[in-house]
Amino acid sequence: MTAMHELTLTGMRDGLHDGRFTARELTAHLLARIEAAQPRLNAFITITADAALAAADAADARIKNGSARALEGLPIAHKDIFCTDGVRTSCGSRMLEQFVPPYDATAVALLADAGAIVLGKTNMDEFAMGSSNETSFFGDVHNPWREGLSPGGSSGGSAAAVSARLVGAATGTDTGGSIRQPAALCGITGLKPTYGRVSRFGMIAFASSLDQAGTLTRTAEDAALLLGAMSGLDPRDSTSVDAPVDDYVAALDAPLEGLRIGVVQEFMGEGLDADYAVAVRAATAEFEARGATLVNVSLGNIGLSVPTYYVVAPAECSSNLSRFDGIRFGHRADNPADLEDLYRRSRGEGFGAEVKRRIMTGTYVLSAGYYDAYYLQAQKVRRLISADFARAFEDVDLVVGPTTPTPAFGLGEKTDDPITMYLNDIYTIGANLAGLPAMSVPCGFVNGLPAGLQLVAPAFGEGRMLAAAHQYQQTTDWHQKAPGGWS
Amino acid sequence: MSWDVVIGLEIHCQLATRSKIFSSAPTAYGAEPNTQANLIDLGFPGVLPVLNGEAVRLAVTFGLAIGADIAPRSVFARKNYFYPDLPKGYQISQYELPIVNGGTVEITADDGTLRRINVTRAHLEEDAGKSLHENFTDQSGIDLNRAGTPLIEIVSEPEIKSAREAADYMRRVHELVRYLGISDGNMQEGSFRCDANVSLRASADAPLGTRTEIKNLNSFRFIERAIEHEIERQADILEAGGSIVQETRLYDADADETRSMRSKEAANDYRYFPDPDLLPVVIDDAFVDGVRGAMPELPDARKQRFVADYGLRAEDADVLVGQRPMADYFEAVAGSAEPKLAANWVLGEFTAALNRDGTAVADAPVDAAALASLLARIADKTISGTAAKQVFEAMWAGEGDADSVIDAKGLRQITDSGAIEAIVDEVIAASPEQVQQFRDGKEKVIGYLVGQVMKASRGKADPAEVNRVLRDKLTGG
Amino acid sequence: MSIGSDDIEKLAVLARLSFEGDELGDITDKLAAIVAFVDQLGEADTASVTPMAHPLDQVQRLRADAPDADIDRARLQACSDATEDGLYLVPRVIE
Ligand SMILES: [Mg+2]
Ligand SMILES: [Zn+2]
Repeated sequence: MTAMHELTLTGMRDGLHDGRFTARELTAHLLARIEAAQPRLNAFITITADAALAAADAADARIKNGSARALEGLPIAHKDIFCTDGVRTSCGSRMLEQFVPPYDATAVALLADAGAIVLGKTNMDEFAMGSSNETSFFGDVHNPWREGLSPGGSSGGSAAAVSARLVGAATGTDTGGSIRQPAALCGITGLKPTYGRVSRFGMIAFASSLDQAGTLTRTAEDAALLLGAMSGLDPRDSTSVDAPVDDYVAALDAPLEGLRIGVVQEFMGEGLDADYAVAVRAATAEFEARGATLVNVSLGNIGLSVPTYYVVAPAECSSNLSRFDGIRFGHRADNPADLEDLYRRSRGEGFGAEVKRRIMTGTYVLSAGYYDAYYLQAQKVRRLISADFARAFEDVDLVVGPTTPTPAFGLGEKTDDPITMYLNDIYTIGANLAGLPAMSVPCGFVNGLPAGLQLVAPAFGEGRMLAAAHQYQQTTDWHQKAPGGWS
Repeated sequence: MSWDVVIGLEIHCQLATRSKIFSSAPTAYGAEPNTQANLIDLGFPGVLPVLNGEAVRLAVTFGLAIGADIAPRSVFARKNYFYPDLPKGYQISQYELPIVNGGTVEITADDGTLRRINVTRAHLEEDAGKSLHENFTDQSGIDLNRAGTPLIEIVSEPEIKSAREAADYMRRVHELVRYLGISDGNMQEGSFRCDANVSLRASADAPLGTRTEIKNLNSFRFIERAIEHEIERQADILEAGGSIVQETRLYDADADETRSMRSKEAANDYRYFPDPDLLPVVIDDAFVDGVRGAMPELPDARKQRFVADYGLRAEDADVLVGQRPMADYFEAVAGSAEPKLAANWVLGEFTAALNRDGTAVADAPVDAAALASLLARIADKTISGTAAKQVFEAMWAGEGDADSVIDAKGLRQITDSGAIEAIVDEVIAASPEQVQQFRDGKEKVIGYLVGQVMKASRGKADPAEVNRVLRDKLTGG
Repeated sequence: MSIGSDDIEKLAVLARLSFEGDELGDITDKLAAIVAFVDQLGEADTASVTPMAHPLDQVQRLRADAPDADIDRARLQACSDATEDGLYLVPRVIE
């Protein structure tokens, strides 16, 4: 019999409903794995064992009496960027090391209402600013595929936890690739929905016009299951969209025949690891073999997506992070000499180097004399990039390409050069700038490390995209590969 | 020398919503510190603003009332700066695309004529909290109850020419927002406050001089005095050959002076940018029509109607319309009484009683219907005007309606000429000196004699009848 | 354009950040590199392009004006290190 942790989220659900194991057994088993893995992977910042076991008992009761909800008893973890009522929410920062929010993020509340059980809060780059999980105040997360390598970031803890089979699924957030890139590097499925699909309320803001909550799962099917429960209009988020939530699971059966898939030419050339390119081409060939039509598409301005992002995101973050001033919550410097000292030291001590860098960058691009050249120009280029996607989608249903230029890199390898680190997100940022749904699915290996295929769909095209990924996962088994020692 | 004074005003006016502009916390004034500031007002991590539709409606009401353009699309922006009373480290305001553009406010100019001051814009924004310095030695306490209260900031063109005109403009805007019911206008509580930009130049065609901004003007008296001081201060500097430093100055009402707030100047760069947590506010014609349809008749139109329809003097109409409850009260009285008589009473006895007791129109013990029934008794000659004042006081004191007070006090007018003649005879007999004076041609003495008769009748005699009978007896008799 | 230590101090004051020891040299170098990197945005021809502030073309929803007085000050202030008599404390504010 398959061990419980090897099951997908959907498999766990079936196991619970068939009475093969109880929610308590499942939860206790995974909590033990989390404890054991923690010294090696450091995937969690906070483990909520007692609350999880109590919730598991309640779930078992519901399953028994026939009142189980969609995600009843399913073990998940939340990225530590989502506020959890009564549970410390650090955002990977010293600034919030002691912060216990008196409220739940909407996504957290929705998943709880659907019956999911939270085993803990996962490690992440500080305030989601990073692509390697190395900016976390709580230490590096290791890639389950090879310790010493980065799991990617910023949702690195969530990706490592799902990849190492510590939880059935995890939430993440994606501002420039922070779900898709770690999913690719850890060999799992990562979904960033359309901007506005999932409420941002209670999700600690990095860059408000780019941030979107999503899922890290083993399969597209699991992503569909979770997304349905997390999505929808939230009156507390002005940017959440009042569009019907499709039955994503029911839509998974849509066939690949007739699907038009655009391969982004700009993503297949220089900069992409040659073996990675082979894996991506094999994946597109699989789609074609299954009846999809491949088309070459061009996104003419996508080359400027990284500099655009590194103006827009820091600008918004410099303002979003001003609320951390040492007064109402968060780190407060000892014995401030005066008000200015309170501000500057609370923030100087509470934030790490990368966060300070981005606040400084954002302050610079918004300041008098530079606003037009940087901020406004970036907003205009953003429009051009968005228009490129819109043009491509006149022709095709999905666009695809690699998720990252290379597989997982070594911890410490890129920390000295922010630009090299930023370029890791070169293929993922475009979807954030345009607000489009995108996902990464495992598509092969490069030197024994996972590679990811990225799919991008038109706004609110999650159903079509998930179906394509699910169909791909019916005839490939890359997503079933577990990192050595974690199966 | 004489200087050409150039003044522009920025008025911050709290809008009378029940909840805050971006959160559902209540806006009531005077609660325990930080009990009306919720997660959103406190700027907790991850929380988001959602716009209160009522704040939009009230801002549009103001715009329509001053004849401004309502922006079909306006945008909220963040004004970034650190201050303890500003929880998020930015104020949500409107910058490039405000909700209200243009419009005018009419003032009485220094030369007595009416002049329209152009309004540049009015934008929606959130108020900040308060820093309290009492009770602490080297610390300040922060109360964020006021944080997030909706404001409109009304910015005038620099077309105001004196401290008096500035105060008049402020008063006119204050009257208007209260009339429209979009603000309580309470200046003690900070609901209505003003910043003044003041500069001097040699003549009206010289280029604008360097301006200073005086903050924190929360009364009509203060604004006038603060601007006068500032004009003097600038004139002294310029006349001594100096130059004005562009700066923010704070008016200290206790010391009656303005002083520099250099601390606040330090490297201000607000880095405005569109707030990504809020979307463009789109106002269509239907919305504007809805607001327009729900608006009260505007003060100017109402004033003209009072003059035309009721025959009131323009000055009286102006005073009545200055406060909407007063104008409403007047109209209710005038509905069943002679309008001029109604105006005299509302502006006279009624206003005096309100002022004496510090009572609001809505709380007046004599409502419009009660006053109208009193005036009806004057009109049908049941009581004299003099007696009516006694009746009014008794009604105000809660002694009953007009008819019961009249009966209880026995104030029914004596119109029976026999009874009046008897009193007149008594008075003539008792006042030989005055009678002689009258007969010697001192016409004015008649007033004294009428008064004596009225007194003897305890105000009940019809004064016109008394006058007639007296003259008859003194001349004919 | 190049970024000097004066610029850094000005930005650090605006952003209310302190930089200690090595941090100062590091931020100066790295901010200069980042700015040089984003300078390539200037190459794009955006003459007739409308800036894009939001990914989706949506308009602001309006909330009903319904107050909710359910505010637990003690719980909210438990997140703060310095409160007294319901007030948040800061070093004296000089006006
Ligand atoms: Mg202003
Ligand atoms: Zn203002």
